[in-house]
Amino acid sequence: MANPLAGVHAARHRLKENHPLTVLIVERLGLSVLLLWAVSVLIFAGVEALPGDFAQTYLGQSATPQAIANIRADLGLDRPITTRYFEWLGGVVQGDFGNSWASGAPVTEQITKRLGNSLFLAFFAAAISVPLAVGLGMVAVHFRNRIPDRVINIISLAAISLPEFFIGYLLIVVFAVQMGVATFPSTVYDGMPWTERLAAIALPTATLVMVVLAHMMRMTRAAIISVMSSAYMETAELKGLGAFKAIIKHAAPNAIAPIVNVVALNLAYLVVGVVVVEVVFVYPGMGQYMVDAVTVRDMPVVQACGLIFAAVYILLNMVADLVAIVANPRLRHPR
Amino acid sequence: MTDPIKYFSSRVSAHEMNRREFIGRSMAAGLTLAAATSLYGKSAMAQEPKRGGHLKLGLEGGSSTDVIDPAKSSSQFTFAMNRNWGDTLVESHPSSGLAVPALAESWEPNADASVWTFKIRKGVEFHDGAELTIDDVVKTLQRHTDEKSESGALGVLGSIKGIENKGGDLVITLSEGNADLPLLLSDYHLVIQPGGGFDDPNAGIGTGPFKIDNFEAGVRATFVKNENDWRSDRGYVDSVEMIVMNDATARMAALSSGQVHFINRVDPKTVNLLKRAPNVEIQTTSGRGHYVFIMHCNTAPFDNNDLRLALKYAMDRETMVEKILGGYGKVGNDFPINETYALFPEGIEQRTYDPDKAAFHFKKSGHDGSVLLRTSDVAFPGAVDAAVLYQETAKKAGIDIEIKREPGDGYWSNVWNVKPFSTSYWGGRPTQDQMYSTAYLSSADWNDTRFFNTDFDKILLEARAELDQNKRKEMYRDMALMVRDTGGLILPMFNDFVNATTTNVSGFVQDIGNDMSNGYVATRLWLNS
Repeated sequence: MANPLAGVHAARHRLKENHPLTVLIVERLGLSVLLLWAVSVLIFAGVEALPGDFAQTYLGQSATPQAIANIRADLGLDRPITTRYFEWLGGVVQGDFGNSWASGAPVTEQITKRLGNSLFLAFFAAAISVPLAVGLGMVAVHFRNRIPDRVINIISLAAISLPEFFIGYLLIVVFAVQMGVATFPSTVYDGMPWTERLAAIALPTATLVMVVLAHMMRMTRAAIISVMSSAYMETAELKGLGAFKAIIKHAAPNAIAPIVNVVALNLAYLVVGVVVVEVVFVYPGMGQYMVDAVTVRDMPVVQACGLIFAAVYILLNMVADLVAIVANPRLRHPR
Repeated sequence: MTDPIKYFSSRVSAHEMNRREFIGRSMAAGLTLAAATSLYGKSAMAQEPKRGGHLKLGLEGGSSTDVIDPAKSSSQFTFAMNRNWGDTLVESHPSSGLAVPALAESWEPNADASVWTFKIRKGVEFHDGAELTIDDVVKTLQRHTDEKSESGALGVLGSIKGIENKGGDLVITLSEGNADLPLLLSDYHLVIQPGGGFDDPNAGIGTGPFKIDNFEAGVRATFVKNENDWRSDRGYVDSVEMIVMNDATARMAALSSGQVHFINRVDPKTVNLLKRAPNVEIQTTSGRGHYVFIMHCNTAPFDNNDLRLALKYAMDRETMVEKILGGYGKVGNDFPINETYALFPEGIEQRTYDPDKAAFHFKKSGHDGSVLLRTSDVAFPGAVDAAVLYQETAKKAGIDIEIKREPGDGYWSNVWNVKPFSTSYWGGRPTQDQMYSTAYLSSADWNDTRFFNTDFDKILLEARAELDQNKRKEMYRDMALMVRDTGGLILPMFNDFVNATTTNVSGFVQDIGNDMSNGYVATRLWLNS
């Protein structure tokens, strides 16, 4: 064999032929790890580049040179940046994200709670918004350019045009202050009964649903309309299928890829991008946690949050791609 | 000096003394008229507190990096938490600002105020049932001052040389005399913990009116009543819930919908809207914090006192208070002290906006061209607006101020205390000595006006060790005049602390010590319904 890699290439090719999905997943996972590593370097460098280190920002105005020096020595901040980075990386490879500099408690423990809260809120927002958006999109297509379509469009576009904090404030004013029916603030805590928890997230969930609805709905509508104008839909109509049945059986599977992509992006947003909604509703999620950590340059926490956020994005994008591939035979068997 | 006033207060509460009597006697005991009047209001209000109920506070300033360890308290939230579960040796009086006993029953300095002996209260119990001992006190102070200390109070306790237990009394030796030592011990970091908190600084075991029930950093803290509290005049409710609400609108919504009983940091821009809510009462307290425009006295063109005076006269203070603070503040007089400090120097003429004088001094300074002012809204809320307002009033005096807006992140490290003319903010200090030592002593790190005056430094150190209050007051007056007339400080306004309560709670004390009734808000409020 002239080229030692040729054998590997051939094997890879065979694997790809027989188990295309498995190979794809493994490849994407490998790339994800590389991407996460790059993210960690970026975050580390970014936090280092911010003015002021942990000791200074944490002590704030009451800082004295001695107290600052004590904290730096305590945490080893006086050592070179590369030493500190590789020490941290060494821990992470072994599954140890270290302790928060501020509280001294293990990062994993704190994050689990906050991540749980974020996922809880995101889950309900997604469970309502995704079916609603796709359903409304289909309804809009069905009544294309007629009143229901217009109404759906206007309302969802109005909702997305308002900043999310403003929607939040409107909901608070109407339902919490004036009518007094909704729970506010939305603070959740350990040992809170389930029913109360659900009541607490009602307003933030409603806000998030309104924020993400339009994007997904419009994409569903656009994708299905583009499919509807294709020849096979005409065939479906000619062979006598009802309009709704034609949409669900023929149009939807072909339109799924762009819709799933938008849904994945919006789901990722629901997990990682809702810090404003968290603040407005006083909801203890990941976003606020990370902002607090960045404010005092609490590196282990910032790193862990950053990695989780990046992982959520990578994972959801991967799932979106996989769904698109599974749904589309042409992508499943690329030539 | 404070004990007679405390006694008078208690008699007002018991309806034994009327207003005229109270004020007369308190003034004889050394209080100013304003202080005595407001103190009467408080004592009269402090009638028959109701006990029981669940008190909820919505507070700005909490963060998920907060810890219970009082040495590391730096947020408004942990500040108020400390007051709930712990006690300090000394407290400051709500209206006079003087030192009053807490866990220390009484104290005695030596002749030059360099050695202090504190008698520690007997029969006080920690939340875990252990009795407070002199050993706990000594160790607590040691933890905050030893060479490994990471305490936020290290700065105010820098001159402590020795902390000892002498026959059951606490003896503190200082490297130089300091007549203010008792007040410095009222610092909110210095919560007395069992064994000094060396074993577990985050245990949250103290002697305060409430025990910590649950604490989730950056989210909320809950407390239950300490049934064995050594004081009966505080901690009226059965349980307290403090919720972190960093969004101003969220706080206002929570208060006006009755979900919480108290909020802090009401935005001056919207306070008039909040006032319209029928169930809300605005609680303002004069504060020591001040919004400032600072010039470096040693950097051209500000090394010319005439230019500095010109810029001082070009400031329209009344308008600043009205526009920037929404009226919730007091005008400043170009020295960093107001009447909320003990030994406030009286009778110093108020500097006012005077375009003619400004123009006169500007001409005399010989300065040509514009003056560059750096600002950012990080300096204080509305700092950019304030700079523009200042530009307008200075223009009328023929002074051209050029405004440069700097980025917020890094303002404190790149602009403040670095550039020669900028906007800034100072929180108050417990004593005049602390304020001047922090920012006006020649050798101070934060001498942000580059004010180098050896006479001033000398009087400052003398005043620190002076136990005769009248002499001390005179010295502080001299110092105030030096800063006002030759310094680089333009101080247009002191901002008030603006809090709000619902109308179904009582007992809010306007404590000049700090925001939120000096942090004691949860221990002082009670529920009416």
